[in-house]
Amino acid sequence: MPSPRYWREVPSRLRLEAARCSGCGKVNYPPRPICPGCRGKESEPVTLSKTATIITSTVIHIAPDDFLFEAPYAIAIVETPEGARFMAQVVECDPSSVGPGMDVSLEFRLIRKEARSGILCYGFKAVPTASWEAQS
Amino acid sequence: MAGIIGYGAFIPRKRITAEEIARQWGKDPETIRKGLLLEEKSVPGIDEDTITISVEAGADAITRAGIDPSKIGALYIGSESHPYAVKPSGTIVIDALGIGPEVHVADFEFACKAGSEAMFVSLGLVESGRVEYAMGIGADTSQGAPDDALEFSASAGGAAFIFGKENLLVDVLETYSFTSDTPDFWRREGEFYPRHGGRFTGEPAYFKHVLSATRAILDKTGLKPSDFRFAVFHMPNGKFPQQAGKKLGFTQEQMETGWIVPTMGNTYSGSSPTGLAAILDVAEPDDLILMTSFGSGAGSDSFVFKATELLPGRQPLGRTVRSMLDGPKHYVTYGQYAKLRDKIIVNE
Repeated sequence: MPSPRYWREVPSRLRLEAARCSGCGKVNYPPRPICPGCRGKESEPVTLSKTATIITSTVIHIAPDDFLFEAPYAIAIVETPEGARFMAQVVECDPSSVGPGMDVSLEFRLIRKEARSGILCYGFKAVPTASWEAQS
Repeated sequence: MAGIIGYGAFIPRKRITAEEIARQWGKDPETIRKGLLLEEKSVPGIDEDTITISVEAGADAITRAGIDPSKIGALYIGSESHPYAVKPSGTIVIDALGIGPEVHVADFEFACKAGSEAMFVSLGLVESGRVEYAMGIGADTSQGAPDDALEFSASAGGAAFIFGKENLLVDVLETYSFTSDTPDFWRREGEFYPRHGGRFTGEPAYFKHVLSATRAILDKTGLKPSDFRFAVFHMPNGKFPQQAGKKLGFTQEQMETGWIVPTMGNTYSGSSPTGLAAILDVAEPDDLILMTSFGSGAGSDSFVFKATELLPGRQPLGRTVRSMLDGPKHYVTYGQYAKLRDKIIVNE
């Protein structure tokens, strides 16, 4: 991801800043100038909770180069209590155990490194609330 | 009068046992367990570093303080594992925590005492009136070379403390610093792993500085070891802080709560600060707390704290150190550990 694009997305990626449409109440994450629900142009800022529920998920076995060491890993569409939905990697668990209805907390993590010398991109990943107990 | 108005800590969930590391190198695990008093250590995930640990600890500190983060006028992070060589970790941490842009930010380095260094400077800025609030963080994802004694202890974690003048959870009664040129442990520019002087890290380095700083702050305050309910010393392994504490006249009972190294390992800049956070999780009003850090190179910072009536009400507002040490954890093999700690080279 080019640095300028990452920089523009800092409020939503690093602080979970979203927007609640003044017309229909839909919470848009990341914020959009025009609400996809009602085409309204007025909104108020809202910060998403750091908890969510998994709507749907899948397991990545053949990962892109930047995620080579992380495969297999789960990614999911999660929904926060405010109603915002977005995609997040699910970590600190057995990927095959991830599924719809699972409660997660959102933790600040390194999302990816741009190869060996590029910028480091941060954001939130999902951690199952009942994270797995000691295993060896 | 200034002190701590909020605190938080974070410890990754992954662990590796001393036995697993010993098995890899053909060493006797019992020697490590009994010699260094280490059972296991925390291991950072592939997506955890000093910045992510600082953000998680800092978020709990802000919650416990109950302040508007934009009023924090200074943020300092002490670490010897800043992810960038050039670009301060603090720049990302302030943006993630909603601090700034009117904030003074710097990354500190002083081996294992960079965290207490950040706390020391934060306290000074608040006491001077230069800023209303300041956050000092000690966090590390420590590195130890393969088959080196450090590999059994170098771990990951950290703690954050917000200093202010009102609504104190903990009063800072006194501070003292003791520093000299002592080359006991170092890492040259561009080198991946630190090096150390073996037994030289003990008497002329750790013990000289920890004992000198602690004795001096006791003299300065007129307090004696028996006046304290808790004491925490830098924890490079399990044995050194116990020996230092006993030489100074502290009991095992006073040191037990903050002595988290047997199951956490040495989080370098986050070591004594995380031990302090574990103490603050259970301290009661009027308890006196002593903390003495140690950073190779070498130096020690000593603090005398006194808990206030506000502390018990704020303790449940964030994760406790004990809950993270005893809570859900995932044990990794040495092979997984090598992958997580960038010890495996792959093609670009």
